[in-house]
Amino acid sequence: MSIHEVIEVEEWAKPLPGLDAVNEEYWKAAREGRLLIQQCPACGHRQWYPRALCTVCAADPDWLETSGRGTLHTFTVIRQQGIPAFKAELPYAVVMVELEEGPLVFGSMPGVDVDTIEIGMALEVYFLAAADDTGVPYWRPIA
Amino acid sequence: MDRTPVIVGIGLSDYPKAPHLNGVQHHVLAAQRAIADAGIDKSEIDGYVGAGGGGGMMVDDAVTMAEYLRINHRYIDGTMTGGSSFEFHVQHLAAAIRDGACDTAIVTYGSDQLSRMGRSLGTGGMHRGVQRVAGPSGYEAPYGNSLVGSYAMHAKRHMHEFGTTSEQLAEIAVGVREYASLNPNAIYRDPITVDDVMSSRMIADPLHLLDCCAITDGGGAFIMTTAERAKDLAQPPVYVLGAAGGQTHWNVSQQTDFTSSAGALAGPIAFERAGVTHDDVDLLMFYDSFTITCLILLESLGFVPKGEGGPFVAEGHLKRGGKWPLNTDGGGLSNVHPGMRGIFLIIEAVRQLRGQGGEAQVPDCEVAIAAGSGGWLSCIGVAILGSNRP
Repeated sequence: MSIHEVIEVEEWAKPLPGLDAVNEEYWKAAREGRLLIQQCPACGHRQWYPRALCTVCAADPDWLETSGRGTLHTFTVIRQQGIPAFKAELPYAVVMVELEEGPLVFGSMPGVDVDTIEIGMALEVYFLAAADDTGVPYWRPIA
Repeated sequence: MDRTPVIVGIGLSDYPKAPHLNGVQHHVLAAQRAIADAGIDKSEIDGYVGAGGGGGMMVDDAVTMAEYLRINHRYIDGTMTGGSSFEFHVQHLAAAIRDGACDTAIVTYGSDQLSRMGRSLGTGGMHRGVQRVAGPSGYEAPYGNSLVGSYAMHAKRHMHEFGTTSEQLAEIAVGVREYASLNPNAIYRDPITVDDVMSSRMIADPLHLLDCCAITDGGGAFIMTTAERAKDLAQPPVYVLGAAGGQTHWNVSQQTDFTSSAGALAGPIAFERAGVTHDDVDLLMFYDSFTITCLILLESLGFVPKGEGGPFVAEGHLKRGGKWPLNTDGGGLSNVHPGMRGIFLIIEAVRQLRGQGGEAQVPDCEVAIAAGSGGWLSCIGVAILGSNRP
């Protein structure tokens, strides 16, 4: 078990994922401070994002709770964005993080000085409580 | 009967800015010009192929366009893989024509992107405001990425693994602009230098403004038929030597190798079918959505070993007069890019293989490769075309 910080927000102004029967567990866990991926009970394959099948062997995958830590695989610094909620945070990094458990996950690092960001740096997850049923994972350097 | 698939007609609509045309009119004008170019009767067309994608309020999906053009087809293909759709269409049509599913098909595309939206395609964001975004793109929606950002993540990783530099990427934009300067229709015609690219503002690190394609209006169409039918048409036929496509992901969050593309799957198949080697290729028509797109296509299609593309382009091999001249129409970077550029790759390749390239003509151009990238280096379509019978 690895519980990470969940920060309450007063008003959420960004797009959110649509919940469905497969992914609601993922977004609900994020609301509680846990980052989930899937692991296949048949072949052991680990995957993100959650799906209704293992992409290697087509079996039904199980949930696997991660450490919430990883390294920065690649990123970009967004310096131009038309949507107001994002424009207010420019510049910020959009990232692909390689989890300790293996899979790459997509995310961002708002508020982190973009000049300090390097591929390979160690990161940890935290969450914003975007809605009652939805937490959104974000990444920051491990202090 | 010789059912070898050939391209016999090409047409461009008005561009780069054509406020007098909506998207469907771009389809239509390009189709009229392709039909006239081929010297064929419209009534002979028994196949329709299109990807839609013109956007806005316009409905231009394949069935709607077939109806609008009133092509009562016996073969239709609406494959939509983003900007590479039209290379996939060539692959599919080559098989359909050989098989006899149709004899003569038209492929059309049109968009009034610039007149309708302005320059907001690359950084406007796909999802605006507080909304629930269903499906896999929901995993990206909260983060404020941009289209430019998705390609920039590839460039960043390529630089990290191989030492590729922004100056090397800039050489691609400089070379393509030189060709645009020869094209009176191109949206950007003034020559640029590496310093110009480097000092243009950063949009999404490490991609500068001049690493990014233009946004224009425009439409294109081409007509494919059998070599038999082509014998008494107006233009010399251009042969489809080999075509192939591949997909590694759709959403960028599912990319697993940020330094490669499905070109590594499709390229060897296309070359094997074509029966030609990389050294036989006279012209590269690569989807230059961004400079990095060309570099990754160059490597993943096997023109240079992975990681060696940066120094190779810096030596000038993709420029006018180089070993593999790139994007002789001025590319998406500087000529025409209404959102899905893949059809223009085919059209310019045909023009060059006919020897109709004007001032930008590649000498003795006999083999050209059109390689489209759809999505976020997601779906790569490859068509190898030739002026000589395979």
